[in-house]
Amino acid sequence: MLYRTAGQFKTSYKSDMALFPVRQDAVLLMVILGFAWVVFPLTASEFAFQTLLIPILIYALAAQGLNILTGYAGQLSLGTAAFMGVGAYACYKLVTLFPWMNPIVAILLSGIFSAGVGVAFGIPSLRIKGFYLAIATLAAQFFLVWLFEKWGWLYNYNASGAIQVPNLEMFGHYVAGPQASSITQYYVVLAVVTLMTVLCINLTRGTLGRSWKATRDMDIAAELIGINLMRSKLTAFAVSSYVVGVAGALFVFMWRGAAEPNLFDIPLSFRILFIAIIGGLGSILGNYLGAILIVGLPVVLGTVPQALGLPVSSAMVEHLNIMIVGALIVFFLIIEPHGLARLWALIREKLIIWPFPH
Amino acid sequence: MLNDIFIQPFADMFGAPDFLLQVLWEGLVSGILYALIALGFVLIFRSSRIFNFAQGIMVVFAALTLVGLHAMGIPAWISVALTLAVMFVLAVSIERVVLRPLVGQPDIILFMATIGITLFLIGFGEIIFGGENKVMITEELGIPTDSVVLEPWGGLLILEQKDITAVVVAGLLVVALLLFLGKTRMGRAIRALGDDHQAALSVGISLQTIWVLVWFIAGIIALVTGIAWGARAGVSFALEVIAYKALPVLMLGGLESITGAIIGGLMIGMLEKLFEIYWGQPLMGGNTETWFAFVLALIVLLFRPQGLFGERIIERV
Repeated sequence: MLYRTAGQFKTSYKSDMALFPVRQDAVLLMVILGFAWVVFPLTASEFAFQTLLIPILIYALAAQGLNILTGYAGQLSLGTAAFMGVGAYACYKLVTLFPWMNPIVAILLSGIFSAGVGVAFGIPSLRIKGFYLAIATLAAQFFLVWLFEKWGWLYNYNASGAIQVPNLEMFGHYVAGPQASSITQYYVVLAVVTLMTVLCINLTRGTLGRSWKATRDMDIAAELIGINLMRSKLTAFAVSSYVVGVAGALFVFMWRGAAEPNLFDIPLSFRILFIAIIGGLGSILGNYLGAILIVGLPVVLGTVPQALGLPVSSAMVEHLNIMIVGALIVFFLIIEPHGLARLWALIREKLIIWPFPH
Repeated sequence: MLNDIFIQPFADMFGAPDFLLQVLWEGLVSGILYALIALGFVLIFRSSRIFNFAQGIMVVFAALTLVGLHAMGIPAWISVALTLAVMFVLAVSIERVVLRPLVGQPDIILFMATIGITLFLIGFGEIIFGGENKVMITEELGIPTDSVVLEPWGGLLILEQKDITAVVVAGLLVVALLLFLGKTRMGRAIRALGDDHQAALSVGISLQTIWVLVWFIAGIIALVTGIAWGARAGVSFALEVIAYKALPVLMLGGLESITGAIIGGLMIGMLEKLFEIYWGQPLMGGNTETWFAFVLALIVLLFRPQGLFGERIIERV
């Protein structure tokens, strides 16, 4: 009843292939965007901005980058955090070398550096596949984090070895650094994430996206029908690393405010991989669902014992948290290996014929 | 510059051969431990095509259980037996709860599931045993703790007896494992399952039993690794980091090969120590051990995509 698709006729190929062939999808998206752009900023508290809204968006963007590589092009990567690091350090160098630069431009440019590094570490994918490639991407993970620590030029040789986000101004408002307000940062993140998401959706629908999917499904067959595997794989690495790099720049500049090399260590890589897999590989929506789950869960778990009045120490909460996240990952993999996005697709199919199933 | 890279390190090596031997020995001992972890990976990968990321945390978990049980006043050897029992229960429950519902899923899903297991065990272990560093019960297990001092070419070479013990025990374990896989019925069943799941099932090999068995053997290997590493560096969750080192070992040796795991482990252990001492510290600010093994494996893989000893990858359409 709510989701009835009957009566929505398609008379041309173009309308059939449109972004929202079903009207309700577009309406639903407008509602969500309305919440994201208007309702949340008006109602959210400082706590909600800092622990939920901003990190969910940033993690979802990072997962989206990984999803292009792993979900669409089928190349498993375990080095996501390192590429986020490249984006963050590149952005730091850009804003300290060219202080007049618009922060959003700097963030978008920093992805290019990450894309370059991504392509360099993607070259082995032309020879090796599967888990061998996954371990090869770990080389990027460990090498780059080591480089962040040892190459003083990257952090302007400051004594702490960490990068500290300076105050950045845009149109008279502070958008990054200690003086920036959460709501400004939220809007910057939201704008960049929206832009990137539109970009990703359209890339994955087009020629490039189809060649990625063909490579993922069966690379030999893809090669036989004339897809250039080298181009397909390397563009996947480039686009993925670009998005991940932008997410990394946002991660440090709009959320953390400072970063040490070990922030980009392997647990962050796994976190993003969880989001992408629990959300659903090969889906854009899934990244958001996964990010809501992975970011939101610890917050919920942190408040539940207090609400029930149980005396639980914070260390205990943290350990329980790890344990429950681990168990939940296994749980979700068992009930729906294709992720939350697939769950939503099933619900949607049910809704289309609800309440009269015949 | 060129002199620093190509000549000076070798001059240093031949100038102080006893120090070189010491470095190689240290590398050999850590290489043995990498090889042991890699062995656990290979066993599980061969029999079920699961890339078991949890092997590293199983090492920590086994060592913590052993130390924890002993701290409760149970004699050392009984603690070992009880720890083995715990590892068996772990193997059974992993098979029941996690693997059985996931049979037939793509590799990446099973891989993620083992990461889930890893997180679960980290949280569980920290709640039960606490996160602080513990001392391995080396003496109670009868492992000698003295050191042997040799003087080759008038130099000085110090070999710790517990390291020697670790090398010997690891060697025995590998021989036992190779005999088990090659000569016994169960071992042959494991290999059959690794070659072809469906064919193995059709001749009556039980998937469930073999999986429990394989995970239990991986648990035993984990316990041995945990004791050996714990004797050197204490038992804590930081130990989990060495599990990552087993990954390039696997790449280098090939995911299916037990010999490959051993040789790869020893090679990586020694080469990364050599590189760190003679190139890393003087030229690159040190701590190169975190990535050297991976980059080495990556370079080898560019030329041999299946690793040094892996099964040749044949692609069929």
